[in-house]
Order: sequence, then C-alpha cells, then structure tokens
Amino acid sequence: MPVDFQPKIIGFLCNWCSYAGADMAGTSRITYPSNIRIIRVPCSGRIDPLFIAKCFTEGADGVFIAGCHPGDCHYIEGNYYARRRFALMGDLIEYLGIEKERYQVRWVSASEGKKFSQIISAFTDKLAALGPRIKG
Amino acid sequence: MSRIGVFVCHCGRNIAGTVDISTVVEAAKKLPNVVYVEDNKYTCSEVGQDVIKKTIEENQLNRVVIGACSPRMHENTFRKAVASAGLNPYLLEIANIREHCSWVHSDDKEKATAKAIDLVKMAVAKVARHQELFPKQVGLTKRALVIGGGISGIQAALDIADAGHEVFLVEREPTIGGRMAQLDKTFPTLDCSACILTPKMVDVAQHPNITLLTYAQVLKVSGFKGNFEVEILQKTRLVDHDKCTGCGSCWQKCPQKVASEFDFGLGNRKTIYIPFPQAIPNKPVIDTSNCRYIKYQGWEKDSKGKKPPECRICEKVCPTDAVDWGQKDEIINEKFGAIVVATGFKTFDHTTYGEYGGGRYPDVITGLQLERLMSASGPTEGEVIRPSDGTHPKTVVFISCVGSRDDHIGRSYCSKVCCMYMAKHTIMLKEHDPDIQSYVFYIDNRTGGKGYEEFSRRAQEEAGALYLRGRISKIYRDGPKMMVCGDDALMGRPVQIAADLVVLATGMDPSDGVVELAQTLNISYDTNRFLIEAHPKLRPVETQTSGIFLAGVAVGPRDIPDCVAHGSAAAVKVVGLLSQDTLTTDPMTSIVDPAKCVGCFMCEDVCPFSAIYRETTRDGRPVAIINETLCTGCGLCVASCRPGAIDLHGYTNQQLLAEVVSLCR
Repeated sequence: MPVDFQPKIIGFLCNWCSYAGADMAGTSRITYPSNIRIIRVPCSGRIDPLFIAKCFTEGADGVFIAGCHPGDCHYIEGNYYARRRFALMGDLIEYLGIEKERYQVRWVSASEGKKFSQIISAFTDKLAALGPRIKG
Repeated sequence: MSRIGVFVCHCGRNIAGTVDISTVVEAAKKLPNVVYVEDNKYTCSEVGQDVIKKTIEENQLNRVVIGACSPRMHENTFRKAVASAGLNPYLLEIANIREHCSWVHSDDKEKATAKAIDLVKMAVAKVARHQELFPKQVGLTKRALVIGGGISGIQAALDIADAGHEVFLVEREPTIGGRMAQLDKTFPTLDCSACILTPKMVDVAQHPNITLLTYAQVLKVSGFKGNFEVEILQKTRLVDHDKCTGCGSCWQKCPQKVASEFDFGLGNRKTIYIPFPQAIPNKPVIDTSNCRYIKYQGWEKDSKGKKPPECRICEKVCPTDAVDWGQKDEIINEKFGAIVVATGFKTFDHTTYGEYGGGRYPDVITGLQLERLMSASGPTEGEVIRPSDGTHPKTVVFISCVGSRDDHIGRSYCSKVCCMYMAKHTIMLKEHDPDIQSYVFYIDNRTGGKGYEEFSRRAQEEAGALYLRGRISKIYRDGPKMMVCGDDALMGRPVQIAADLVVLATGMDPSDGVVELAQTLNISYDTNRFLIEAHPKLRPVETQTSGIFLAGVAVGPRDIPDCVAHGSAAAVKVVGLLSQDTLTTDPMTSIVDPAKCVGCFMCEDVCPFSAIYRETTRDGRPVAIINETLCTGCGLCVASCRPGAIDLHGYTNQQLLAEVVSLCR
C-alpha cells in the first residue's frame, strides 16, 4: 500500500436533506477530508443499486449514500425504498468480494452539517486503513 | 456536438482563497467538448451574468457549466442567465466548488484544487448528456390554507383575504387567538393583549373571504404547489354552530367543572365551554371526555359501575335547540393553491427540572400562568394571589432560561422573549401592588429590539426589580415560604430568598404534533422540531417544498411584532403565487420508454404521488405512462424499473453514470 494512500470516495446525496446537510457543513466552515466527490440526486430512492456496483468496478475505494431520516423524506417514502434496497445491496457487496466497510448508508438531515463532516471523516479514515480496493 | 463553456467563480475570496482558480481553468480547458473557459470574480453578479450571456452568443455554446456555490443557492439565477442567451435553461450544470469544496477544505489548498477540478470534470461529463427540457403550464386553485390561528396565522389569513383571495383558517383549539390571547399585557408598550388581538379575531370571523374552521385538524395533504388537495378533520362539537347564538345559557348552567386548559389549571371551566370570554367563534363545544351525558351514554351501553346522572341540562336550557348529540366528526376535502404553516409553540414543561420542584409546588408557576393570574378575564379576575392559599405575594422570584440555553435538557437555543416578559412582569406586579419586591435571576439579560432595553431599565429603576446574575440550585418549601437557593455570580456569594411566589420564565417548545404535520406536508424540521426555512436569511417564510410557507414561532422563537411581520411576509408570498393565472411546472420528471416497458407496474406501486397510470399500446400491450403534472421527479420509479424503461429528466442513468466514470478514469 502506498504510504500516503488517498481513498477515492463517491457520495450519492439526496437533494433535500443530505446534500443540504453537506452545504450546511460548508456554510458552517466545518472541515473534513477532501476525498469525497458528491453526486446530487433528487432522492435516495433514485439511486439504482447498480450505480454502486458501477462505482466499484470503475475503481472507487468507497461509496457513501445519504438521504433524509426515515419519516422525513421530501417525497414521502423514497428513503424507505432506499433503506430496503441498500440493506440488500450491503449483502451483495460482500458476495462481490468487496469489503462491506467500503459501503456506507446514513441519514443526514439539512441541519446536520456537523454530523455529515463527522461521518465523512470517520469513513475516510476507515477506507484509508483498508487500503486501495484494487490492490497491486 | 456539444460545445461546452465553463465559468469558474472566485466568489471573492470565498472560493479563490482556497482553490487555485487558474489551475482549475487550465484543467477545464483540456476536458472533452469544452470550447471555452473563463473565470469571474462574482459569476452571480449582473456583470458575471452578462459575461455568460455574451459568451454563449459569441462562441455558440450549447452547454454551460458553472463552478460556483451550491446549486441549491443559485441554480435558478444561472438558469435565467443561460435562458437570456436563448439557450434552453436546462442545458446547465453547476459544480459546487464552494459549500462542498473551498469552505470545507480550507486546510489543504492543493487537495481542494484537485477536488474542484474533479467536480468541474463531473459537471462537464454530465452536462454533455443534458437535453433540452420544456416546462408546462398548469392552472391553479386561487385559495389559501392557513394552519394555526395564533397571531401569525391570523395576520397571514387577514392579509391574504384583504388581497382578494379566499382563505381557510384551520385551528385545532375551539377558538383562535393562540398564545397571545392568554397574555395580559404585551411588552414594551404594556398594551392590553386582548384589546389589540380581539379586534383582529373578529375581523377573521367577519371577513367575507375567510372560512374559519376551529376545532379542526389537517389530516392529509397531497398534490403540489397551486393544486394541493387537503383533508381536514372537523371534530364534533356536539353543538350546531349554525343554530347557536352564543347566548351562554348552557355554560352557565352546566354542572360539570373541569380544570381549564386555557388558564393552565389555575381555574375551572365547564364541560360545555368557550375557552375565554372573547373567544372566536363565540360558540361553545362540548368536551366529550368529561361530559356527564356522554358518560351516561357509555354506561347505558355496558352498565359498568355506578349509573351517572343523565344531565342534558345544556340541551334543556338552550333556547335554539343547538345541542346536537348526534353530531359526528366530519371530513372536509378542499383544494388549495398555497399553504401557510403557523403552528406556534407551547411552553416548556418545567417538571423536568427537579431543582425547581418538578411541578410539586403550587406556588412555583410559569410566566404564562402569571399572565392568567394578572388577566382581568383570568381565573382570579386579575388579582395576583398564591395558588396554594390565596394570599397576596409580597416577594416574587423570577428564574430565567427555564427550558432555554440548556444542553442538558436538549434545548440549546434562546427563547428570545423571556428576558422581556420577566421585565414586564416585574413592572406589572409593582402596578398591582406597590409592596411587591421582585428578584430576577438571569444568565444574560437579552433585550434587543426597539424600546426593549429602555423597558428593561424601567423594570430595574422604576419598578425596583433586583436583577441577580446566577442560577438557582434548589427550591424548597419552608412553612408558607418558598426558599430559593442560588448563586449571585457577580458578587461571588450564595443567596437565599424566602419567596411567596416563584415564576419560572419557561421557554418555547414547538407545538405538539408539529413533526407529524411536517411529515404530512413534506417540509423539514430541525433537531429542536422547529420548521426549516428555505433560506434562513433570504427566504425566511418559504420552505423547500414549493407552495408551502411558514409564519411565526413554528420556525423559531420570536415575539409578537416579529410574528406579525412574519405572518404578513408569508401572506405576500402566497398572494404573489395566487395572483398568477398559470404555474410553470418543473420539467425534471420521469419518462417511460413504451418500447422497453414490460407492464409489470412496479413503478405504479412505488410512486408516492400516484403519477403513473396504465395505457394500452396500439399492439395491445399494457404500459406505464407518467402524468407529468403530478410527477415530482423523485426518481423512485426509475430505480424500481426492472427492464430500465423509465428515466428521469435531469438525472438520467446516463448522466449520473457519466459523473462516476469521468471521476474514475
């Protein structure tokens, strides 16, 4: 493993809660590691599980997904579908031979900028410790 | 062939202070399909927008990427700028290099610059796959719903109605008026609260454009801006308000007394009642959980226990036969174009604090209870007495920040009005009885506002209230006195005061049920359960859900003048919306490719907005079709579609995967 390994993280954030939560981290100037690249989606329920597989096959070291807290979905119940889908996807990840820890689903509200930065910091540290996904 | 223009914003030093803009510009020039790159000091400024317009025209750009602040901030601004150059406004993508980059990675400029390049790269890859989108025009219902009949809701309803639009005002309690109706006087002018509020309440009742629904609750909301469908529960009052004249015979004769919620248990009301004499509507409801006849009816069914009296006195004394035992809960379905949420607050439940007696001592009361004692229409007709023995207190201790500014009880916020109402109380107590000495224990004395600091000085200098900085550690009963033990932090010594009455300046908690209502309306609330504005400074009365507006304390603690201003502000937004003849819909909706659709209708099941219906193709296959007006663009159907027949305009699979691929390669 290279000494200064920088994991590549792709984040899918729902527009209404988590993307706004990440914005809140910005407006509050709360720093966190710069490894994550955020893709904005309308709802966590928009995220096709295949996107996650695609991220890993393209070479991402970690995939992060965040949506509104259960009950708070802007589209009423999108995050419930997301929750079920990503619970199953978590099992499939291991089956694909990828460490389960490389994939994280969390609920972040529009006011939780601090929580967002904490989650991303911890996730980045974890991935850095795991090393590159494609070794060699 | 895409001809993409990239504009990188410095945002003054906000982005340029962390991200090396020239490196980003050079990197952007090498990206596929990018034909023009420029950086601007402030892209959102008029000059910046002009540059975009001119550049699009001069360089025949057909796609635009702007590296700037969050799209949640300026997406619409830039869409308009792009449209002004004759380009479809949806051929734009924003790379969020401020909130998601420069502001959060200011500790490492090199990495921040690398990330900004990546974010621009992703946006370029995505925008190349954007398509022209065209909004549609739909009609709207020119009628507003205001939820909550406190001063904020009343003000909003009156302003909307005065502008000529129909308003439904829905209030959960039997009367409108809210918390302001419970106050005796208001600071800093010592206006009689009822004197300034009740004329407005009467205006609501008499306004030809306002339909008042008290004792009612919003159950369900569907639809979207301009066309909300709302289900309202009108709880049974067991009194026909069309027949009732509000003469008062029934509540004078009703034999059953219960503690009055309006007076916080300091006085009693009857089971057929109006909460207070100036209530609007001035017609009673029957409290079904305490009414003797309702209990008798229950007994008739199961014959359990002692037979209660049949009573029905109200029915006998009513001159207009308005008591209607058969009245049932009613569901009202109405359409609205806009909704204002003004659900207000309740006072913090101080029983959490063991050191203040945890609610065990009758002579430890809240600020609002003191208001009821001082009010001429209150349980004591304005005489301030101790609830325990009815004597007149001479030494009164006030404790500030009860339920405010205390992380231990999960309330870190300041309730904003308590410092001022304590000052008001000390002045009013002095007017009631010049022998009363008030002591105020405070943390900070916050008196920001017009005439507020002067008012606080008046409490100290004219009313002689002694302000002691410090917290109270314990209150206990010693004979007839309440012993208040605390700390004078400025003098650095413990203090003990033998008080006759202790008043807790309880803070504001959002009203019960606000979370459920927020979930029904699809609007956000914060960790304290206050509702979240679309932008705390620039869009203070809007929510992220178009067509739903906010007013008053439901958003956060504020005083009466602020609530009135807030209510009026929300009304202006509603009037602006309702004065349009048609609304433009968001074209970022789902679309089905009928050739790929296998007719499984998984999408129909998952769609929360019933925007998907079935149609038969010419060759006789059932396929799913999207109703673009109802579709909100959540994309649930896209992720659930097994054959991949559905896609979402603006967030297509191709676009999102292009972002992933561009990043990794």
